[in-house]
Amino acid sequence: MATINEKISEEIRAQARKLLEAKEVEAFLGYCQGSLPMTARPFVARTPEDTDKLVWNSFCVLNLANYLPALLKSLEPPRGPRDPAPEGPLPRAAILATGCWSRNIVIQIQENQVDRDRVVICGIASRGMVAQAKVKELFAGREILKVVEEDHKLLVSGKGFSEEINRWSVIRNNCLTCIHPDPVMFDVRIGEEGGQRKSDNRFADVEEIENKSAAQRRQWFEEEFASCIRCYACRNACPLCYCPTCFVDDAKPQWVGKSVDQVDTSIFHILRAYHCAGRCTDCGSCESVCPMGINMRILTKKLTSDVLNLYGSEAGLALDSPLPLTTFKQEDPQDFIITEQPADKGGE
Amino acid sequence: MEPKKNWEPKIIAFLCTWCSYAGADLAGVSRFQYPPNIRIVKVPCSGRISPNLILNALNNGADGVLVSGCHPGDCHYISGNYFARRRFALFDNLLEFIGIEPGRVNFSWISASEGEQFAEVVKEVTAKVKKLGPATRLVKKINEAA
Repeated sequence: MATINEKISEEIRAQARKLLEAKEVEAFLGYCQGSLPMTARPFVARTPEDTDKLVWNSFCVLNLANYLPALLKSLEPPRGPRDPAPEGPLPRAAILATGCWSRNIVIQIQENQVDRDRVVICGIASRGMVAQAKVKELFAGREILKVVEEDHKLLVSGKGFSEEINRWSVIRNNCLTCIHPDPVMFDVRIGEEGGQRKSDNRFADVEEIENKSAAQRRQWFEEEFASCIRCYACRNACPLCYCPTCFVDDAKPQWVGKSVDQVDTSIFHILRAYHCAGRCTDCGSCESVCPMGINMRILTKKLTSDVLNLYGSEAGLALDSPLPLTTFKQEDPQDFIITEQPADKGGE
Repeated sequence: MEPKKNWEPKIIAFLCTWCSYAGADLAGVSRFQYPPNIRIVKVPCSGRISPNLILNALNNGADGVLVSGCHPGDCHYISGNYFARRRFALFDNLLEFIGIEPGRVNFSWISASEGEQFAEVVKEVTAKVKKLGPATRLVKKINEAA
């Protein structure tokens, strides 16, 4: 019997073939099988024949929205920076989108990086993606050569061993606390509708750190980010990072040093997280691609939790609700402003 | 690191040109005394302040930062300080989250008529930063040796 993911893969291929054959889209952005166990590779199908390579499994950890603005740009006929836009509708692209990816597409549309009319969103309810690092940790010291996925378990095998593990036990942390697995916006649905998921306290890990003393938090931060090698994989995997020149590449002024000095690394991570404030959808790409296993998602999650507490909104849930930092209310809290603290104003 | 005996903090103050800078001007014209620890950088609006600037100040040897703009509702550009307020609130919380001492980075609203309040705020911020001692968190060690 076919597993859920096999059925979804079939549907994806059929849908992609249909769209490409009807010339509705020029490209279909999905996933193909990776070359190593537990990997899937982002893949652009451009002809109906290409669509046979498309797959869907629990290892699609990269956020496909990351590739969307550049893909759409590449489909446009070439023109110089001052040439007028070509007449008539521009070529379109289709993209697979789970809950968080679709929210990122909403954000890209709101930030004018993507034209809604040029994308066909194929929504899939996410069942949570597997954290490769968690599986590798379970099989520390043994080389995993093959992983076969079933609905609720993974069959992991290598030289001289073959074991079965529970799929949910190795799901990524951000998927464990996700409450929006279902796409918020889509043109075509693939697979079955995903119900609303609940999480008792999705900010538990943030609160754990908030409850520490300042000295402990400082120590935690320095230890957590000490191993960073500044490869910028977290930035490259992030669908929010589309600036033509990133602040880390600026030379004049140089906001952040190029070394792996603890100070440079701290500034990089503070600013990287801050640039995602009110925009991050907790898709977990940054964490999944980190070669050092740094939990940098906690910083963006802290910002998400603050935005929710202070301004009561979350990014990318609907096209017509503005991003939290592009709007304001007159009565926004301002108790951190020193001139607004009555106690500190002395006799006034 | 023990602060040196006669150590005086350096504080970078980003003041918006329409209110807080004018407030600082008024403090001077009215001869209100305030500590000479602040170095003023005039910016068009508090909405101009990006966290890059604040971190860069600390990274380059400032012991404290003061960001000041118009009172909400008084912004010369109508809403610059409202947007800034959301950004500052999140940034302030993030700095606290990673264990930067509260008081290193300060935010205030000072209008062009509040010369006395400006002097008060500078006194308050200077006292706070003096108590915290020299900033070391975001300063490269390599600079220290040089």
